[in-house]
Amino acid sequence: MKRFLSLLLFCVAAPVAAQTGLPPAPYADRQLDDPGQEAAARDLMEELRCLKCQSQSIADSNAPMAGDMRSQVRERIAAGESPEEVRSWLIERYGNWVSYNPPIDSAVTWPLWFAPIILLLAALWLARGRFRQSKDDE
Amino acid sequence: MIAETGLIALWLAASLALLQFALGAIGLRAEREDYFAAIRPVAVAQGLFVTLSFLLLIWLFLRSDLSVRLVVMNSASVKPLLYKFAGTWGNHEGSMLLWVTVMGLAGAFIALFERSLKRETLVATLAAQAFISLGFYAFLLISSNPFERIFPVPAEGQGLNPLLQDPGLAFHPPTLYFGYVGLSVAFSFAVGAMITRDVGAAFAKAMRPWVLGAWIFLTLGITAGSYWAYYELGWGGWWFWDPVENASLMPWLAATALLHSVTVLATRDGLRAWTLMLAVVAFSMSMIGTFLVRSGILTSVHAFAVDPERGSFILALLAIYIGGAMALFALRVGTVKEGSRFELVSREGALVANNLLLSVILALVFIGTLYPLLVEALTGEKLSVGPPYFNLATGPLALLLAAVMAAGPLLRWRRDNAKALLNRISIPILVAAAALFALALFTTGMSVLALLGLALAAGVAVASFAPLWKRNLRRTPIHTYGMIIAHFGIAVALVGMASESSFTEERLVAAKPGDEISVNQWSLKFEAIEPVAGPNWTALEARMTAQYGDGAVHEIQPQNRMFPTAQTQTSEAALLTRWNGQLYVVLGDGDNEGRWQVRVWWKPFVTLIWLGGILVALGGFLAMIGRLRRGYKQRKQREFVEAML
Amino acid sequence: MNRWLLWLPLVLFGMFFAAVAVGLMIPKDNIIESKMVGKPMPAFALPAAIEQRPALSSADLKQGKPTLLNIFASWCVPCIAEAPQLLALQQAGVEINAIASRDTPEDVANFLNRWGNPYRRIGTDTTSRVQLAVGSSGVPETFVIDGNGVIVYQHIGEIRPEDVPKLLELLEEAE
Repeated sequence: MKRFLSLLLFCVAAPVAAQTGLPPAPYADRQLDDPGQEAAARDLMEELRCLKCQSQSIADSNAPMAGDMRSQVRERIAAGESPEEVRSWLIERYGNWVSYNPPIDSAVTWPLWFAPIILLLAALWLARGRFRQSKDDE
Repeated sequence: MIAETGLIALWLAASLALLQFALGAIGLRAEREDYFAAIRPVAVAQGLFVTLSFLLLIWLFLRSDLSVRLVVMNSASVKPLLYKFAGTWGNHEGSMLLWVTVMGLAGAFIALFERSLKRETLVATLAAQAFISLGFYAFLLISSNPFERIFPVPAEGQGLNPLLQDPGLAFHPPTLYFGYVGLSVAFSFAVGAMITRDVGAAFAKAMRPWVLGAWIFLTLGITAGSYWAYYELGWGGWWFWDPVENASLMPWLAATALLHSVTVLATRDGLRAWTLMLAVVAFSMSMIGTFLVRSGILTSVHAFAVDPERGSFILALLAIYIGGAMALFALRVGTVKEGSRFELVSREGALVANNLLLSVILALVFIGTLYPLLVEALTGEKLSVGPPYFNLATGPLALLLAAVMAAGPLLRWRRDNAKALLNRISIPILVAAAALFALALFTTGMSVLALLGLALAAGVAVASFAPLWKRNLRRTPIHTYGMIIAHFGIAVALVGMASESSFTEERLVAAKPGDEISVNQWSLKFEAIEPVAGPNWTALEARMTAQYGDGAVHEIQPQNRMFPTAQTQTSEAALLTRWNGQLYVVLGDGDNEGRWQVRVWWKPFVTLIWLGGILVALGGFLAMIGRLRRGYKQRKQREFVEAML
Repeated sequence: MNRWLLWLPLVLFGMFFAAVAVGLMIPKDNIIESKMVGKPMPAFALPAAIEQRPALSSADLKQGKPTLLNIFASWCVPCIAEAPQLLALQQAGVEINAIASRDTPEDVANFLNRWGNPYRRIGTDTTSRVQLAVGSSGVPETFVIDGNGVIVYQHIGEIRPEDVPKLLELLEEAE
C-alpha cells in the first residue's frame, strides 16, 4: 500500500527524497517559440504516457523523467520532426504502451477500433427488429 | 471499547440481513403472512445497526484512536478536524463500510416508505437487497475489518494522503456512494419484480423516485469529482478517461438510460425488457466499478491499493449477483408481456434510440477500459488506451445522442411524423447552423468534434425550452421543468467542454519576482515568494496580481505545499473565476538563479462544464419532486374516492 | 424478442468474468521493457561523469568484446544493493561501463567512493537523453551488449546475487 501510494505521489506530488537534485531538461517546462509547433508538441505530450507514473500523460506529470521526455518532444518538433515521427521514435523504444492512442494498424487493436461501428450496427439491427415487429402489427 | 461496539453492531446488522433474506425467501415460498409482516421491521433494524457501526467508525477517526489499525494507517492527530472526519471513507475498509451502510439505509427506507407496491414484490425486493448486502457484509467481516486493533499502539498515525486533504473528500465519495448504492434499490426492485412476475406500470412508478434519487447523487458526485481533480491535481484537466473515472461514468450512463426507460414503463407500459435489463446493468456497473478500483488489476492514479485476494472475493460476489440476475432475466423476461406498440418516429422511438446510444457508449467505455488487460492476458503485450481513443469513439455518438435529446421531448407518444417534427424543431436547427457558420468563420484551430459540439450545443439549448412553447407556464408540471433544465444543463456542459478544449491558452514561464506575464487579456505580475504555514503543512507562496484588460486588480497566491508527516509536496493552484472563464495559476519549482516555474492557463467558459452538471442534477431533483408530489396527490385522491364509496 | 438474445447479457458477463479472472491471476507489474533488445545500440557520446574515469560513447561499446552497460544514479537506493554484484562481475573479468542518470560529479564521486567503483568508463546523462534512446525507464538497469554493439539483454532493477550467473552466461554466448 505504501509503495503504491508513494508511486502515485511521486508523479502528482513529489516526495522529498528519491529525487534528482538537477534542474529539469531545457525544454521540459519551456514553451517553443513558434505557437503552431508548441500546439503540436502539446497535443502529442498529452497522448504520451509517463513511464514512472501510475497513469498520467507526460504533460500532466511532475516526474523528472516526464520532464525529460517533454524536452525531447519539444526539441524534436522544433528540429522539424512531425509529431507522428516523434511518437514512432518513442514506440520503437518502449512499445505501444507509451502512447495513449492505440495503434490502428495492428491486428491486436482492430476489435477496439471497429467496436464503435460494430456496436452501432448491432444496435440498429436490434431496433429494426423491434420496429419491424410493431409495423407488422398494424 | 468503541471499536468493539462498532464491530458488534456490524455483526448484528449482518445477522439481521441474513434474517431479512430468510424471511423473504421462505415467506414467498411458503406464503407465510407473518414473515411478510416481520420483514419490514427487520429491514429497519438492519439499517439502524449498520448506521450505528459507521457512526462509531467516524467517532474513532475524530478522536484519532490510534489503537485502531485503520486510523493509524490513514489518519494523524495533527490533521484538521474536517479531514479526520472525511478520512473515515478515504480508504478501502471505511468506504466499504459506507457502501453497506447506504445499502442498509436504502433497505430501511424502502421498508418504511414504500406503499404502492404489491406486497409480494416488496418482500422479494427486500429479500434481494438483503441478499446483496450479505455478500458485502461477509467481505467486510472476513477480509476488510475496519475495526481491527493494532498492538503496540503507535505514537502517531501515518496521516492522510495530502492530495485527499481537501473539502472535496468530504463531499465527493459519499455523494458517489449514495448514487452507486442507490442503484442497488433499482436492482433489487427488478429482481423482486422478475421473481414475482410483477412488471408493469405500478412497479415502474414505485422504482422511479429511487432511480432518480440515485442518479442525482451520481451526477453530483461525478461533477464534484471532476472539479476536484481539476483544481487539486494542478494540470487543469477535468477528465482523463482514467479507469476509476470510467468506473464512475458507466453506472451513470446506465442509470441515465434507466431513468428514461422507467418513465416509458410507468406512463406507457412499454420497454419492459429494456427497463429490467438496465436496472440490472446499472448496479452491476456499480459493483464492477468497485471491483476494478479495489482489485489492483487496472493501473490508475485514483485506485485504492488492495491485493488481488480481496479482488477475487469481490469477483466471486459479482459472479453470484450479476450472473444470477442476468440468468433470472433470460429465464423470466420471455414470459413478460410486452407493452403497447409504437412507431419509429415517436417519443418511444426516440427513447429507444436514447437507450441504444447510451448502451453503445457504455459498451465502448467498458471495452476501452478493459482492453489493455485483455490484450496483456492474451498476448503479453502491453497497451495503453486513453483519451485519444475514448474521445474519438464516444464523442460523435454523444453528439448524436444530444441531437436525439433535443428532438425527443418534441415528439408525440406512439406515433408522429418526421415532417411535423422538423417543423417543430426548425428554430433550434437554424440556431445550430448559424452557430456552426459563425464559429467556422471567426475561429481557427477548432477540432471537428469541438466545432460540431459547440454548434449542436447552441441548438440543443434552444430546443430544451421548446416544450414550453404555447404552453401555460403555470400549469406545466414540475417534472416537465425538471426535464427542460436537465437537458439544458447537458447543453451548457457541452459548451464548456468544447470551449475548454478549443480555446484554452497556456503560458509556461520561468519568472523572477518583478516579472510580468500576459495571457490573452490578462496581465499578471509576480511580486514575491514567501513562506507560509498551515496546520500540518508549510508552503512557499507566490504573491501575484492579475488584471483582465482594464479591470480590477486581483491578488492570487498559488502555493507549493510540503507535508512533513507524509513527506510529500503538493501544488495548490490559484483560480480566478470570471463570467467568461477561469484563470488557473500554478507555482512550480525554483531554480538556482531565483527564478520560479509558473504555469498560467486561461480557460474560457470552463466553469460551464460543472455548472451544467449541477443543472442536470437540479433538473433531476425537480423531476423527482414533481413525480413524488403527483403520486402523493393521486393517492390522496384515490383514498378520498374510496372512502366515499 | 429473440429467445437466444435474452441470454446475451449473461454470456457477455461470462466473458468479462473470464477475462478478469485471468487478469487477477497474472501478477501486475509496472515494468516497461525496452524494445531495443536485439537492435544496435543507438549512437551517443556522453561527457565524463567524474574525473577519474573516461567519458563514454557508443563507439566504446563496439570494441569486439561483450560488455555490460549499467545505468545508475547516486540518488538511487537499489543501486547500493547491486554494488557488490557489480564488483564481483568486474573481478570476474567483465568490462562494465556506466551511465550516471541525472547526477552531479560530486554525488557520483561520493557514491562510488562509498560503495565501490567497478566501472571502466562513466558517462553522465543529465537529461535522460541516452536513457530514452535506449528504451530504459528507470534506474537501475543493466544491458548486455555484444562485441558489435547490439543489445542482447536488458536486466531491469538491481542485480541480485542469483542474477550474476545468468549475466555471465549471456556474456559468454555473446562472444
